[in-house]
Amino acid sequence: MTENQGAWAVEASGLGRRYGRRWALAEVSLSVRRAARLLVTGRNGSGKSTLLRVLATAARADRGSARVAGYDIRAERTEVRRRIALLDHHSFLYEALSARENLKVAAGFLGPGAEARVPDLLGRVGLAGRADDPVSSFSAGMRKRLALARALLQPAEVYLLDEPYGELDPPGFRLLEAALDELTARGATVLLASHLLERGRERCDEAIVLEEGRLAWQGPAAELREPGAAP
Amino acid sequence: MSALAAALRKDLLLQWRTRAQVVAVFAFGAAALLLFSFAVGPDAGVLREHAAGFLWLGLLLSSTLTLAESFHAEAEHRALEGLLLLPASARALYYAKALANTLALAALGAGLVPVMVVLYDAATPRVPALLGIILLGSAGLSAPGTLYAAMTSQARARQTLLPLLLFPLVVPVLLAAVKATALLIHGDPMEQLRSWTLLLVCFDVIHWSLCGLLFERVVED
Repeated sequence: MTENQGAWAVEASGLGRRYGRRWALAEVSLSVRRAARLLVTGRNGSGKSTLLRVLATAARADRGSARVAGYDIRAERTEVRRRIALLDHHSFLYEALSARENLKVAAGFLGPGAEARVPDLLGRVGLAGRADDPVSSFSAGMRKRLALARALLQPAEVYLLDEPYGELDPPGFRLLEAALDELTARGATVLLASHLLERGRERCDEAIVLEEGRLAWQGPAAELREPGAAP
Repeated sequence: MSALAAALRKDLLLQWRTRAQVVAVFAFGAAALLLFSFAVGPDAGVLREHAAGFLWLGLLLSSTLTLAESFHAEAEHRALEGLLLLPASARALYYAKALANTLALAALGAGLVPVMVVLYDAATPRVPALLGIILLGSAGLSAPGTLYAAMTSQARARQTLLPLLLFPLVVPVLLAAVKATALLIHGDPMEQLRSWTLLLVCFDVIHWSLCGLLFERVVED
């Protein structure tokens, strides 16, 4: 086992991110085992999205340190990016391009073989029939499916999924959960930020709760309770 | 190299999908040339004398629309950030975008030449050389223009900021391009065209090198 293939997919220590004078993320430390699924939950504005964006190197950490897939998010940003896939609030899609073209654009940067997977992924997310329609004609749910297909196109070790259930319909929930099972089966680690505690408990091994940018609770996902519920 | 090809393919595809915008920008440039002719008056000699300057001013004013639009699609759903996280090289993304913008501006400039000929009676027999100068001048505008369009794409006042930042920086390119174009229209008895073209090439090299180095700092957090 090499230096970068330890037991932890994510190790963060005192991680902080500031927007103006407000710390959106403050002193968060956590470790996530490889091939585990971590539920990241908390109220609106608690720092869930910021945590995922910092780990994905989409936002710089103003404090603390973290290693993702064995690489430092500050010093080895490109190496981290090669090993993560981020499903963000922003879809990363081009409105003027079709679903197929959007995936092909991403595939163009992912090396040989990625483009061949595009038709299969479009079928898996239920967009094969609309593959050549521009994204500007898509509903919010269809955009979410396409953004999910874009994330799945990346052969990542760590998937950072921010509110992946948002805007999806029940069939969309099922295809997302099938994708999660597949990712775990091939050894990928998933960090899933969501408000849906019931689904999170069922689908994740571990959980953390953030409050005002700080880690308020962590433990097995099965022990997670609704805010205000009796322990 | 493959990243540059992938990025260029993406940018050309985006330009093709938004080609209706090109017609609007061309109409804007042609209208600017028409207004310049109104401002100068009906003196054919004066119009012809200033034709090169008017052509480049029309192209410069139109370029801000083209350049700003080229980053609208990238900023709308943070598509550029998505590419950087793949990870795509920021430098490849910059050079592809600058190249696509150069082609768009050169096509626009070439389209404005017949308008200039009709309005100002400023024809030249050296059409290939004129197209070459337009290509070099467009490259000189698009290199810093692409960088500044990226910088201002998230700003509220981007339509004002882009020309404010861009215009002072491209004055040397504009001077060289206007002078070289004027020599092609009015003749070159002192054989100065080569020197002005060389100056234009030098500014292009400087802009393309520096802006390519700075782009990563602009687009990363």
